[in-house]
Amino acid sequence: MTLQVWTWILVGITFSLYIGIAIWSKASSTKDFYVAGGGVSPLANGLATAADWMSAASFISMAGIISFNGYDGSVYLMGWTGGYVLLALLLAPYLRKFGKFTVPDFIGDRYYSNVARSVAVFCALIVSFTYVAGQMRGVGLVFSRFLEVDINTGVFIGMVIVLFYAVLGGMKGITYTQVAQYCVLIFAFMVPAIFISIQMTDTAIPQIGFGSKGTDGVYLLDKLDRLHRELGFHEYTSGAKSTIDMLFITAALMVGTAGLPHVIVRFFTVKKVSDARKSAAWALIFIAVLYTTAPAIALFSRTNLIETVSNVEYEKMPQWFTNWEDTGLLTFNDKNKDGIVQYLGNTEKNELTIDKDIMVLANPEIANLPNWVIALVAAGGLAAALSTAAGLLLVISASVSHDLIKKMIKPSISEKGELRAARASAVVAVIIAGYFGINPPDFVAATVALAFGLAAASFFPAITMGIFYKKMNKEGAIAGMLIGIVLMLFYMLKFKFSWFGGGTKKDWWFGISPEGFGTVAMIVNFLVAIIISKFTPNPPDKIQELVETIRIPSGVGKAHDH
Amino acid sequence: MSNREGLKKYWRTNLKYLAILLSIWFTVSFLFGIILVDELNTIRLGGFKLGFWFAQQGAIYVFVILILVYIKLMNKLDKKYNLNE
Repeated sequence: MTLQVWTWILVGITFSLYIGIAIWSKASSTKDFYVAGGGVSPLANGLATAADWMSAASFISMAGIISFNGYDGSVYLMGWTGGYVLLALLLAPYLRKFGKFTVPDFIGDRYYSNVARSVAVFCALIVSFTYVAGQMRGVGLVFSRFLEVDINTGVFIGMVIVLFYAVLGGMKGITYTQVAQYCVLIFAFMVPAIFISIQMTDTAIPQIGFGSKGTDGVYLLDKLDRLHRELGFHEYTSGAKSTIDMLFITAALMVGTAGLPHVIVRFFTVKKVSDARKSAAWALIFIAVLYTTAPAIALFSRTNLIETVSNVEYEKMPQWFTNWEDTGLLTFNDKNKDGIVQYLGNTEKNELTIDKDIMVLANPEIANLPNWVIALVAAGGLAAALSTAAGLLLVISASVSHDLIKKMIKPSISEKGELRAARASAVVAVIIAGYFGINPPDFVAATVALAFGLAAASFFPAITMGIFYKKMNKEGAIAGMLIGIVLMLFYMLKFKFSWFGGGTKKDWWFGISPEGFGTVAMIVNFLVAIIISKFTPNPPDKIQELVETIRIPSGVGKAHDH
Repeated sequence: MSNREGLKKYWRTNLKYLAILLSIWFTVSFLFGIILVDELNTIRLGGFKLGFWFAQQGAIYVFVILILVYIKLMNKLDKKYNLNE
């Protein structure tokens, strides 16, 4: 069977599965819609969190980035997993004890202020929208390459599917589709990895194949280091980034992960505090499966790529090469007109440019794997993008219907009315996300980094101080969040979009890139909040008692009603 | 021991656990994976340079273990102070 037939079959089966689950798990109350009824098992929640968290970026882009950047790519591996330690130890159990439905709920109640709540809603919306646009784009990309439909049609199909199960099932539908999507995406990620690991190293476990010898008896990593030196790239196992930048980017990604609303809300869906801790462990275990495999795939595909194309005649390029040339994501420019592909570190002589995003998708083709494996990767990429998109859309819809309408604009709204509002805002959110998917702003890639920086600069300090620093008051928290966000926005706009006079790498403050600046903004947030809280009145006794109760795990039942 | 004092002790023990676990978290990622990476890279672990291995594999394994240890410690602590649900 051809690749296209296989892809239609696998995508068809997985999509019907998601729709079936959505019909089975229809939400009938706001509690169902926002937190899946609050009784999800830790294992299911761990699976759902893993799918929620691992987006098109983790599935499609990350291994590719590591493949091209080698050691420098480690910031993503450590940053996007280390955040779970912070989540499990500093946030999840306490937020679960607090109960309620959303992150702005916590900020608004803990800091006894609707101003704080509004700032939190604003941040949640910005973070989630920037993120979701990227997911829709990922859906379109997979559709256009593997099913040869127009990229816009791909985005549209993705929209309809997400719309169906997010609007119908809310968090309940999303949770159980995410469980299914995790299974699909991890299977799709692991199968080619295992195949290639056996091909190249005779080991079925990619994590071990990563450090093994190839068929020629040389360690793969040593061989790639040598190839890189010969072709003029920087050595694979050592980096080009400065140590301070590595530190700050890793920290920003970790703290940003722990501050992302769509991840945090997942911990509201379990029954009790100990379940919240357990789901964090399950989540990280499931994520670690992909995250420890990704660098192995990066190594395998980089080696395979160089061996296939470097110094080989253009006429002899395999089918996948021309397929990706058609999409424009791979281009060959025969500068010295010798008909041979020169792939070099020197940009003036280099003749081949490859988009990082195609590495995972092209990898099974490069390794000559059977068509069904390649089709599986397409289905996996869709699962990763859709699961994250749905989680984000829920945060957006809950921010509008719960935090804005129910908590601020019209508290008298009925349960039914709120549920209707939640569904309506989910529809609007899907349409806006789809619009950005079809007409992506040039800055999608840049804004994903901005989303992490924003979460790090705003939510993380406000939430952790809300739990660990009883005397933190509304004045301090609001000032900290606002200054943190504004500083982060300023730095990103200046160095990413050339506003405020722009600037280049040598103008970076302390040599820190915009990607790592979230860490600086977070530290400023902490400092500002603490200093201001010292000069303003303590929070009311009632709030200090609330903090006391958040800190102990027993008595969750009461906290969940509202 | 009054209830209030018990809760204070519970919280202090919790903070102690956090301090220990987070210092390990810092050590394997920021210290071994980034700051000391060149020094550790002189040591080899099979086909890996050790610093590189920590940055792309080891730190992640340790993160998982840290959360599992945390769960164990906290479940025991909750039981001791009768705070388990």
